[in-house]
Parts: sequence; structure tokens; C-alpha cells
Amino acid sequence: MIKTNKKTPKNIILSLENVSISYGTFEAVRNVFCNFKKGNITSLIGPSGCGKSTVLRSLNRMNDLIPNCSLKGTVLFDGTNIYDKRVDPVEVRRRIGMVFQQPNPFPKSIYENIAFGARINGFTGDMDELVESSLRKAALWDECKDKLNDSGYSLSGGQQQRLCIARTIAIEPEIILMDEPCSALDPISTLKIEETMHELKKNYTIIIVTHNMQQALRVSDMTAFFNAIEYEDGDGGKVGYLAEFNSTKKIFNSPKEKTTQEYISGKFG
Amino acid sequence: MNSLYYQKRLSRNIGDKFFTSLSVICALIAILPLIFLVTYILIKGGSQITPELFALEPNPPGDDLDAGGINPALIGTLIITTIASIIAIPVGVGGGIYLAEYSKGGAFSRFIRFGVNVLAGVPSIIAGVFIYALIVSTKILFGSMYSGLAGGMALSILMLPTVIKTTDEGLKLVPNELRYASLGVGASMYTTILKVTLPSAFRSIATGVVLGIARAAGETAPLIFTALFSYYYITGFGDLFYEMGSLAVLIYNFALEPYDAQNKLAWAASFILVLSILSVNIFSRILAAFTEKTKRV
Repeated sequence: MIKTNKKTPKNIILSLENVSISYGTFEAVRNVFCNFKKGNITSLIGPSGCGKSTVLRSLNRMNDLIPNCSLKGTVLFDGTNIYDKRVDPVEVRRRIGMVFQQPNPFPKSIYENIAFGARINGFTGDMDELVESSLRKAALWDECKDKLNDSGYSLSGGQQQRLCIARTIAIEPEIILMDEPCSALDPISTLKIEETMHELKKNYTIIIVTHNMQQALRVSDMTAFFNAIEYEDGDGGKVGYLAEFNSTKKIFNSPKEKTTQEYISGKFG
Repeated sequence: MNSLYYQKRLSRNIGDKFFTSLSVICALIAILPLIFLVTYILIKGGSQITPELFALEPNPPGDDLDAGGINPALIGTLIITTIASIIAIPVGVGGGIYLAEYSKGGAFSRFIRFGVNVLAGVPSIIAGVFIYALIVSTKILFGSMYSGLAGGMALSILMLPTVIKTTDEGLKLVPNELRYASLGVGASMYTTILKVTLPSAFRSIATGVVLGIARAAGETAPLIFTALFSYYYITGFGDLFYEMGSLAVLIYNFALEPYDAQNKLAWAASFILVLSILSVNIFSRILAAFTEKTKRV
């Protein structure tokens, strides 16, 4: 492990320090400071184009896969800046898992979908047991215990998304990132995933991007509201920033910023 | 007011009819050569097919009574095509993986893509002359000149662009979400390609490879410069380093002979060659159709 001298409080698992992210010359988010608490569910909300998904993807270096994407500032995880040159992004992604917007199971059997990640991470224990426990934690076991050898694609959209969550749990990450995990799902599937998240909270830290403010209110302990403002040079381009970060209760009941108030009451979005 | 009913005599309707028929006629003319060619070869060559054809060596021209068989040429074509595949498939798939997965659209990858397109347009005879100059005339392969090995190398040059392009395109069709999924559970780039993207693109790559093989198997010009021709059975590994017969060159040689028996043998060889290339093409179609159906499973 590479240790830096920076000290972070014990219950802070991940912290952003003056992070700015650009795509080429276009700056997407600017000067974000944010601390994510261990064992919490933190939701990132805000209008389209405010950079909340960009910030989320930067937390496990998924942005590396997007050409021209660059990050300034530090992202401290476990005392280490994950953007340090010596850091291996593969190792980061093993400890910070991700669930994507579109359910994206592998074109393999349900069993293999879960076993794949565990196997490449060097899991040597009882694979059957791991598959069962992961599916149980993702609340999918009862629905698919009799068809573990069927293709992952044979499941419904909501089930596929829970399979993706199970797949992420199987590699035992410390943090699970979720990028609008319910936006492609119906309300009942959404409810199931939210129940799953409440279960997962016991063991994992969850950071979720959502467009659904009710969802943020239902599931999260902390809420970060991102907003976008026009560039000072006034050519019409917008840059995202973290407008307000507080407990979900405070954000929804007594926000400090006027824009937060306006956003959560649906005046813009 | 014009009537709402369709009027045949309106100039636009007459023009429309005319152009529809014209394009149908052109389409028919376009397919005619294939139909005639295949039927002609089926009739001319089909009648020559006997069990001995597959078993015997061809007799040297002059003996007008019996031309023998095409066994060495048939085996030769199989061997030369196999050598070509052994060279072209790994290099082509590897190059395709680089283009689709690793390259970031920079100058180097654009140069390679351009080069591959140019290579695809190089006349096959040039590939033959190139290998002739590089390998045959220099005797660089353990002192042998014309050889099956050199023939395989010439054909691999022709296969390479098809294999690279289909691998590149096949991999690009794999949705990015799948790559993210794999990288997101902590897989390295190499595991992701080997275990997730390549298997997903396998069938479209296989289709391209099969098409490349079909193209190479029918080439004559590169083989005249490299493998030349042989009348004798291929008996062992050492024969790779000597002149080797192939169906295409057998047709070229024997169709020009003044003897009827040799001409008939050329027809028979054409029949076998066309039939095998046709079936390989149909096989690749089936493979492709299979790909479409199973994309989401």
C-alpha cells in the first residue's frame, strides 16, 4: 500500500479535496470538496449536466476509460490518493465496486456472472456458497435459485440490476458506487433495489447518483446537491459544482442555499 | 381538381414504372454471371467426378487416355490454406484487438487502419511477387525455393486485411457497458478482452476468418510465384519445402493443355474448388445469422 501523510478522520472512508474534472478542454466539475462517511448511503443529486455522474465515476477511476478525461485535485481513499501515479486502477476498482445505469450482466450464466469477478480476484473459498450469499444479499436468491445456469439475460430488467449488485457484492468491495441504478427500472423493481440497499448498508458504504429526489430522501443518510453555473467568461458553457452537502434531512427540510430549495421543490431540473 | 385515384398515364407514374423495371433488370443482369458460371461448372465438372479423382496423382500431359486425379492438388490447397491461416489468424486477430481495444484513435492506429485498407486492395499477384522476391529467389527457407510454405505466406498476406478488419469491427460491436462491467469488478484489461469481449465477438470474428480463408483458397496468381505446382503425392512433412500443387494452379495449368483429358481434369478441379468455396461462404452466412439471433443471450 502507498501511504500518504495526509490524515483523515476515522469515519471518513473517501474524501474529495479540490477536485476538478475536465473532458479535453471542457471543464465538467470544479473545486469539489466532499467527505463520504463509512457505512452511510450518500446520494448525489442535481440537474442534468452538473457533473454528478462524472464525480461518481472518478471515485473508482472509471473515468480513465473515457478518452481525454483528466482530474485535478486529490481523491483520498484509505489514506491514499487514488490518482497517484503509482496506484493501480484495477486494484482501486476491486475495492470500490460499481453498479451502472443500464443493467449490464455478462453474457454468461447467472452463476458465472457472480463467479467471474470473484475468481479473477483470487477467491479460493466455496464458490457455491459465495454465489448464494451474494444473491441473498441482493435479494435475488429466491427468484433465481432454481435457474443458476440460465443466461443472465433471461432475467427481467430489475432482476438483472440486482444480479449486477450481487456481482459487485461478490468481490467484497468496501464502497459500492451506483450510477442511477433504477432509472431503467419499473417502480416495483426500484423498491426492491432500495430494500436491497438498506440491507447492504450494514456492511458497505454506498454512494448513489439519482435523478429521483424521493429516492434520495428514502434511501440516503447524506445528500450532496450539485448544480451547474455558466462560465465566468460567458460563452454559454456550464460547469458543475457542489452546491450543498449535508444530511438528507437538512437538505430536504431546511436547505441553506436558495438553489437547493428551488431544485428539490421542482422549480428547475 | 385532380382525381384521387391512381392514374397510369401521368408522366410521374410512367417514369416511376420505367425506373422500377430498369433497376430490376439491372439486378437480374448482375446475378446472371454467377448463375451461369455455377451451372456451367456444375454441368461440365460434375460429370467428371469419380472416386479415383480424389485418390490419384495427375498424369503428365501427353497421355490423352487418362489424366489421373487431383489428390495432390486438393491436399496441397488444404495445406497451403492452413499455413496461411496459421500465420494470418493470430496476427490479424491480435492487430484487430489492438485497433479496437487498446488504441485511442491516435495517428498510429489511423495509420494502421489506412494500411490495412491499402493491403486489402493490393492485387494478389503483387503478394506473390513480393514473397517470390523475399523468400523464393533468396532461398532463405533452408535453401528451398518454390515451396508450400512460401505459398502459404503469400496467401496469408491476402487473408490478413480481412481478419484484422472483421476483428476490429466485431469488437467494436461489443457494447461498452460490457467492458465497464468487467473492469468495474476489478478485471484487468487483458482479462476483460480474453474473457468478456473476445467471446462476445467470437462469432463475427469467426465469420470474417472463414471468408478470408475462402478468398485465399481460390487464389492462383500468388501461388504461381511461390508454390508452383507438383504432380506427386504429398507424403510427409518435408514436402512443405518443395513445390506443392494446388487446385487453382492445377486448373490454370491443365485448362491450357491441348489434351482433352487434362481439360476435363481442370473442369473437375474447378467443380471441387467452386463447391468448397461456395460451401465455406454459406457456412459463414449461417455463422453470421447465428450471431444475430444469439446476440442477447
